[in-house]
Amino acid sequence: MENLEFGLSLALVGMGGTLVGLYILGLISSLLLKIFPVKNQPANKDKK
Amino acid sequence: MLEIIKIALSALVEGVMNMGFNEALMILIGGLLIFLAIRYGFEPLLLIPIGFGAILVNLPMTGLMEPGGLLRVIYDAGIVTELFPCLVFIGIGAMADFTPIFVNPKILLLSAAGQFGIFLTVILALLLGFSKVDACAIGIIGACDGPTAIYFSSQYAPGLIGAISVAAYSYMSLVPLIQPPVMRMLTTKKERMINMGVSKISVRPVVKILFPIIVTIFVSLLAPKGAPLIGMLMLGNFLRECGVVARLSSTAQNELANIVTLLLGISIGATMSGDTFVRLITLKVFALGLVAIILDTACGVLLGKLMCFLSGGKINPLIGAAGISAFPMSARCVQKVGQQENPQNFLLMHAVSVNTGGQVGSIMAAAIMISIIIKLGLV
Repeated sequence: MENLEFGLSLALVGMGGTLVGLYILGLISSLLLKIFPVKNQPANKDKK
Repeated sequence: MLEIIKIALSALVEGVMNMGFNEALMILIGGLLIFLAIRYGFEPLLLIPIGFGAILVNLPMTGLMEPGGLLRVIYDAGIVTELFPCLVFIGIGAMADFTPIFVNPKILLLSAAGQFGIFLTVILALLLGFSKVDACAIGIIGACDGPTAIYFSSQYAPGLIGAISVAAYSYMSLVPLIQPPVMRMLTTKKERMINMGVSKISVRPVVKILFPIIVTIFVSLLAPKGAPLIGMLMLGNFLRECGVVARLSSTAQNELANIVTLLLGISIGATMSGDTFVRLITLKVFALGLVAIILDTACGVLLGKLMCFLSGGKINPLIGAAGISAFPMSARCVQKVGQQENPQNFLLMHAVSVNTGGQVGSIMAAAIMISIIIKLGLV
């Protein structure tokens, strides 16, 4: 019973922690893309 | 003189006389690993040294794993100290391109679901009578992340390290056989046919440089005990992305990764001695490892189905199966299964995105697990 309680608690915290952790990582990635957006290349760069 | 000849002859046959059934069986298993690596290309970089190490350690009277023996010296230097798994991560990081994560950061949630099987397997292992720490070590096989499994078991379940590492690497190479049936069973034809379009992403170099630093700090703050793993993975990636240490990056990707992989493989093979490996517990570890990967795949696909529903059918649930760390085998599986239903469907980029997240996710899951068992005073 004690083992099962441990397993369930570990699963709850572990799965929750991993989910929240990667979600935050996703947010950080989105934030980085917003702070440093890809600069658009000039379309007619070679046009004289 | 006759006496001396007698002693000399008995010394020559001593090895043969001391060969037991378990040792002979393990030599055959070592040979089988080598055969699978050569004939079928199953993780040859690892299975070759593991198989050869298994043969070496089971030869009687060699003393290779006794104190001062060659394999013991390598094992103590690299496995007991956690050095080899961490160094392997520098190489993996230097080879990894994390750009796909930026394609759609929201689907990183699928990478998290790809780790759920780890925790569910821990419960199963506990029900089968394993100790709490051993159950955690077995669960990590599900991440399909060899170095992390070795790192964890070497520290907290050294008695199972041979079985766990061989299971982890064997199943990594068997991902193309294990995952597709689970993916098909849990999805409908209509879901498998969902076309997510083609995504291309351009990321500025500064983002690629900042990413490994931020991930290292974030994961280490979340689960400090995972710092050696995530730190080395991201160090390798930083060498690659910073653009000013091409020589170090090249060394990490080639020489370092190759040398450490060789020594790591031999060390793991050295743990496969007949007296410790030929046990019922080894079969249980292999069975639970398989269950872990199936559960990881199932959880990823099921969350994919939920996201498909919530997004109004824009996300193909198959990509959830790529949430494990087996890179890029898992992403290729998704692409293959998707194209079997719809040849015009290109899921690879999306699956690679989830798969790349899975590499970080598996370390995160292991780090959280280590932090919890340490906090609970179990080790």
